[in-house]
Amino acid sequence: MLNYNTIAGLVEQAEQTGKPVSELVLAQQAEQTERPVEDLYEEMRRTFQVMEESVTSGIDPDLRSTSGLTGGTAYRMQQAVREGRTLCGEVFGGALTRALAVSELNASMGRIVASPTAGSCGILPAAVLTLKEARGLDERTCVMSLFTASAVGMVIANNACLAGAQGGCQAECGSASAMAAAALVELAGGTPAMMANAVAIAIKNILGLVCDPVAGLVEIPCIKRNASGVANALCAAELALAGITSAIPVDEVILTMKRVGDTMPSALRETAEGGLAMTPTGRRLFKQVFGT
Amino acid sequence: MNVFDIIGPVMIGPSSSHTAGAARIGRIAYMLLGQPARRAEILLHGSFAKTYKGHGTDKALIAGIMGMKPDDARLRDSFELAKQAGLSFEITTGHLEDAHPNTAQITLYGEDSRVSIRGASVGGGNILINRINGMAVEISGQFTTLIVLHRDAPGTIAHVTELLGSNGINIANFRLAREQKGGTAVMTIEIDGDAGSELNRQVAALENVLGSTMLKPI
Repeated sequence: MLNYNTIAGLVEQAEQTGKPVSELVLAQQAEQTERPVEDLYEEMRRTFQVMEESVTSGIDPDLRSTSGLTGGTAYRMQQAVREGRTLCGEVFGGALTRALAVSELNASMGRIVASPTAGSCGILPAAVLTLKEARGLDERTCVMSLFTASAVGMVIANNACLAGAQGGCQAECGSASAMAAAALVELAGGTPAMMANAVAIAIKNILGLVCDPVAGLVEIPCIKRNASGVANALCAAELALAGITSAIPVDEVILTMKRVGDTMPSALRETAEGGLAMTPTGRRLFKQVFGT
Repeated sequence: MNVFDIIGPVMIGPSSSHTAGAARIGRIAYMLLGQPARRAEILLHGSFAKTYKGHGTDKALIAGIMGMKPDDARLRDSFELAKQAGLSFEITTGHLEDAHPNTAQITLYGEDSRVSIRGASVGGGNILINRINGMAVEISGQFTTLIVLHRDAPGTIAHVTELLGSNGINIANFRLAREQKGGTAVMTIEIDGDAGSELNRQVAALENVLGSTMLKPI
């Protein structure tokens, strides 16, 4: 029986059955929730459609957050891609654009999918939709990859956590980045073992990242960390697909993330009492929004 | 835990606790009132009081009070929609004793009824309603929930639970609170699976029951 205690367990089952992780997860979830497979797939497909809509709506030069602090960067990034002004071309630039778009839409009270959280909602859609465009993937393949991504999220939730207030930004954008890396590997036709390595690499790269939102709002630095999160997912997936392995096994990396989160001071866990929130500019922006 | 706890909920941003959770608290108040609200009085406590403007907590609460779900795209325009619908509201900040940091106290007035609730947004969009009309309750909104207002009289609980049992309904959680001996009391009954509105009518018709509301999972 498939469980979500370790990534190694998922890989083992996938290797034994010769099935992709996504298919195993879908079957197990249907059993667990006592719902038909088609029903669960359809719900995930609708979720995927919301992700697509959130990218489209988020690329808007006039978009502004409720606080007035942020907005419009996804459009700028898209312009740079369209005009050929980027360093790394369309795929990378497109991923950054999409992550910014969804995250900015979230800050402006638009409709998004928390994946796994609202603060990190841009990373997974950006990764999947970028590869969809770059490789001409069909919708079904993309929707299925979200089951793999959520399996990774469940293992992290079971062994560490997904909330910035508990584990810092590594738990939110880090987890999202690991989930996105797993989805990317499956979308690119990588093996389950490559998927596990991509997850390990993605988390290792952001280990210790603090959660320090200016004025306590999901905007600064969260929106740009979504862009950085998808960049990290692409990096981890590229390395794993090239056959590069993580020296530290993935499940040990996840437990490390938990331990690092536990030792992180509360000021750096979403309290807006440390990090960038406490810079002179961070304090000034707080006053600008809340007037006190 | 299932896949949609990880990829989901679909919601209006920016914050699952300060926006999605707030909309859910408002929506519970709406369902308990059982009719459109004409006036809403909202008191925000703790982090809700300090940061509601930046998170759109106020707009989310009003949207919920108008019956909108946390993924309703009209949520950001709820103030304007409230004006059109003839709902007046007042939002103040203050301190509530022994309350969770993300707490809202809402009093709604309809055409001929009134309800007051205190609810907390406890993380990830999950909520806990802990008072209805001043009485202690515990409602998570994750189950189908019956809220039965009744006279504190012997046998009333047995009548209600017997009716549920004879309809093949299993109780997941049960909680009773009363104002004083012999006064008004409230049963909060979370049940497994679903139940039809007919059952709610039958509960409401039982002796010593003053009113019954069935909340669907939110």
